[in-house]
Amino acid sequence: MSQGVATTLAGITPPITEKRKKNLLSDGQGTLAAILISPTMLVILFVVGIPILLSLRESVYLKATAVDPTTGLIPEGESFVGLANFTDIFNNPQTVSGVWGHMDRLVNSFWNVTFFTVVCVGLETILGVAMALIMARAFRGKGFVRAAILIPWAIPTLASARMWGLIFDSNGVMNIIVGQKILWLADNVYSQWAVIVADVWKTAPFIGLLTLAGLQTIPTDVYEAARVDGANAWQQFTRITLPMVKPALVVAVLFRTLDTMRMFDLPWGMIGPGKYSVETISMFAYVENNQLRYGSAAAYSLLLFAYIVIVAFLFVRLLGADVIGDEESRAITAQRKKQKELAKAARGRAPLAKSTISSGEAQA
Amino acid sequence: MSHARTTRRVLAAAATFGALLVTAACSSSASPSASGSAAGGVNWDERGPITYAQGKDTAGVWKGVLAEWNSAHPNEQVTMIELSPEADQQRADMIKRGQAKSGEYSVMSVDVVWTSEFAANGWLQELPADKLPTTGMLKSAVDASTYFNKVYAYPQSSDGAMLYYRKDLLDKAGLQAPKTWAEMQAACDKVLPDQKGMSCYAGQHQKYEGLTCNIAEAVNSAGGEFITADGKPAVNTPAAVAGLQWMVDAFKSGMIPADAITWKEEEGRQAFQDGKLLFHRNWPYVWNLAAKTDGSSKIVGKFAVAPLPGKDGPGVSTLGGHNIGISSFTKNKGTAGDFLKFIASESTQKVFLEKGSLAPILESLYADAALNKQFPYLSTLGESIKSAKARPKAVKYGDVTLAIQDATYSALQKQVEPAAAFGDLQTKLEGLLK
Amino acid sequence: MSTATATPPAASRVTAEELAVLNKPSRGGKYWASQIAIVAGMAFIVLYCIAPFYWMIVSSLRLPTEGRETSFWPDPVSFENYPAVFLPENGFGRALLNSVIVSLTTTLLTLLLGILGAYALARLRFWAKGLVLSIIIACSMFPGITLLIPLFKMFTGAYSWMPINWMNTYQALIIPSLSFGLPLCVWNLTAFFRQLPVELEQAAMVDGCSPGQAFRKIILPLAAPGVFTTAIITFIAVWNEFMIALTFGTQQSMYTAVVSLSKFTGAYGYDTPWGTIMAAGVLITVPLIIGVLIFQRRIVAGLTAGGVK
Repeated sequence: MSQGVATTLAGITPPITEKRKKNLLSDGQGTLAAILISPTMLVILFVVGIPILLSLRESVYLKATAVDPTTGLIPEGESFVGLANFTDIFNNPQTVSGVWGHMDRLVNSFWNVTFFTVVCVGLETILGVAMALIMARAFRGKGFVRAAILIPWAIPTLASARMWGLIFDSNGVMNIIVGQKILWLADNVYSQWAVIVADVWKTAPFIGLLTLAGLQTIPTDVYEAARVDGANAWQQFTRITLPMVKPALVVAVLFRTLDTMRMFDLPWGMIGPGKYSVETISMFAYVENNQLRYGSAAAYSLLLFAYIVIVAFLFVRLLGADVIGDEESRAITAQRKKQKELAKAARGRAPLAKSTISSGEAQA
Repeated sequence: MSHARTTRRVLAAAATFGALLVTAACSSSASPSASGSAAGGVNWDERGPITYAQGKDTAGVWKGVLAEWNSAHPNEQVTMIELSPEADQQRADMIKRGQAKSGEYSVMSVDVVWTSEFAANGWLQELPADKLPTTGMLKSAVDASTYFNKVYAYPQSSDGAMLYYRKDLLDKAGLQAPKTWAEMQAACDKVLPDQKGMSCYAGQHQKYEGLTCNIAEAVNSAGGEFITADGKPAVNTPAAVAGLQWMVDAFKSGMIPADAITWKEEEGRQAFQDGKLLFHRNWPYVWNLAAKTDGSSKIVGKFAVAPLPGKDGPGVSTLGGHNIGISSFTKNKGTAGDFLKFIASESTQKVFLEKGSLAPILESLYADAALNKQFPYLSTLGESIKSAKARPKAVKYGDVTLAIQDATYSALQKQVEPAAAFGDLQTKLEGLLK
Repeated sequence: MSTATATPPAASRVTAEELAVLNKPSRGGKYWASQIAIVAGMAFIVLYCIAPFYWMIVSSLRLPTEGRETSFWPDPVSFENYPAVFLPENGFGRALLNSVIVSLTTTLLTLLLGILGAYALARLRFWAKGLVLSIIIACSMFPGITLLIPLFKMFTGAYSWMPINWMNTYQALIIPSLSFGLPLCVWNLTAFFRQLPVELEQAAMVDGCSPGQAFRKIILPLAAPGVFTTAIITFIAVWNEFMIALTFGTQQSMYTAVVSLSKFTGAYGYDTPWGTIMAAGVLITVPLIIGVLIFQRRIVAGLTAGGVK
């Protein structure tokens, strides 16, 4: 079984950049690995794990806010309210009117986050891939352009927000270029587009860079063969280029998506708080914190985290984003898939056999 | 492999759940207990060094003031802690100390709109009337530092808005400063046709705290109010709606230029200084900047100030400014109380005005002849502050001001009619001010 | 199959030179059109990336009182904004120093922990590898606000089980920065280590080195470029970070450069000195850009290997 599966796996596993020879070091290295990785995990547990648990705890408590009518003072303390902070969205909606109409403020920010993510990531991908295609074909000046591409990434987001705020001012240079007096910095659809433009500017070059790296791994003979076979440029692009850059591109798009969903600095710095057309969930949670409603702030940020996890999961499942990129995990997953298919074909309900993959073995 | 995976998952879930239980156990107590800072039971004789926290000293006036105190009180030094220049950040910092019951900031400079919130949460020490009287102070300022009929802070500096106008153009047309909105419109009709690129009026109409100030002025100047004297919301009255209607109509007719909906203080000042506005509502700081002779202002010597116009008569300004209060949790409250008196004394208030252009809180200083000569806008400012009305006093002021901004901004962006906007606002305020 | 390299049959009369002439690519109209398109595309890319930054520079070179002007080149050019940035009341010099200290220390700490962890993740085989990698990615999925308040409470003594108050100290700026710096570092380094061939360590150990020696003498020097790149990427990420620095550095002496930028205000509290703000923005960004220009090859290699934000 192992021989057949291994050979099949060697065929269907994506091209691996390093040879998988028998590795003297990688047999039963559990203790050494534990020693090496434990400082990192301890730190992560301390600065990420504990705050998450505390956040979870905070989200199920509510601080007393009722004013005593005789003294005018607020009692101290907080009480356990279970999931009330979460269900309050439906029971006590705080109706606001953003770009999407009248709805609860949290739902409005969900829509904003979704809109920003879809549009920003979509635009940055298209622009980035276009940039990569142009740069791949160019012969001279690549170094200079590559350096220029890193500039948007190097500018701190806050400096970028101030800069774009000045550009989008009603008397600013953007309105001069466009020729109209658009009120970008009010609270309307244009504010959303101002944020989108600023975000896409900063991140499209980054996607371009990643795609370029992927493009450069495609050997040119493939294109020549296609040309001889009569494929035109568009067919070459969709049948050769896209599939071959897909792994790197999908991972880049996934990370960008996760980042955009948590967007805070740009809308806050450019448009300001309290503007429902650009209010993201991060901004809303931050404002709730300032209003001393720690319970709901924690609840909203945890809802955002759940949303992010769902999206990441969909990326991994549907688009096959190979985030972890570890051959061992990849091989194990592929093997398990194969086993499931074989089991289905045999219509048996035999339990899955233990993995026969060990790193470095049998992949000669 | 799958067994190992499942086991791992179960272990992880169990660990998380266990950790959750542990953190729930070692948490703050769930028993509510009223916290107070009653005037009684406080040691007012304790003396010693204290700290003073305020936002960034942009005017550079505090070094001298503190030096004066410190040289006179060698054993009761006051150390200044400079916070962020942003109001929100200052408030967040002070709240964190309050919640931690920390006396790190012995004396704090609190914006007038936060005083109710801080008092209700027990972070400000109530000031007994016998030890810390408020005689001689502007009534509106004292009112802004009172909560539930108890004084929780001293007024520190005040602020009111004024109408800046182009005196040269009005004189040419033979007009006086307008006292009503209709007069302002009439003045514009007469003067503007000869002026290219000039608009009539602008205040601060961007969606932020400045909008609350401006709409409060419009509402109060039209005879309405946001909250009655006993703290009940009363904003869906015809008078209040008339105030909002005026601002909405002003945008529609072009009296206020369309892009003013994105203007805070600076944008408006810039427009006025560039000769693009005939009338401008702003705080006193504009005077010094517009009078600068370094070429940044095109209107040097051409402008003057007047009290704000209203619907049928003179208008009502919004009360700005800061209060200075004592933390409930600090030591050396005796020193703190004396420091408060020092800040509110005539000599210090004079220094604030002369060196920092901060409006004083003592009535007497507004009548001083020498000061009036030095600050031509002083008497107008005094009138403005004396008749000024505070923004709604609420413990949840942050939510209240956001609700007011929501209603006003959507009406200005023509998304909802003024009457409907204030109807919604009334409901929201009723929920917030229960 | 390219015919250009096929050898002509023996009886052909075509000489090598004639063949070369025949095979020269035709420089017809289509070729020049595509070349122009590519050059135009490159120009667009450069313009796209640089234009807003150009605007920032131009705005900083205006007179202090003309911050909102929209001419494409200031007239007159004035450098007054730059000294204004360093006025004592802004504390910008101190803020730059703070940024350097915090970024450098965080980078060194994450490198230290990250090299060890990445080696384990790239080379060793253990059952929790997938789990560990998933946890590291999950760290980058948390909204900053979720971690911020509990971290703030932890480091300011709000919890009885952690009675320290590190408000406005360097450790309070560095340790929370590890929450995003460490996963980033480990991720990048793992990708780099994976690229190193396995045979090197084997050869070293065949020659008699212990695994530790093999690591120190062979792997580390080879991984140096990757480590260097990761250091740059982490440094820039910590330098540009805003939320954590804002929360833990509330006194002017503990502002980082980015926080200081957000606090620039004029003499009256209301007036916004746009010229000074843009000048400060340029001053914060220019060192990063110079560093990026010098190390661009390494950075590009690092970003493309790690595939990370």
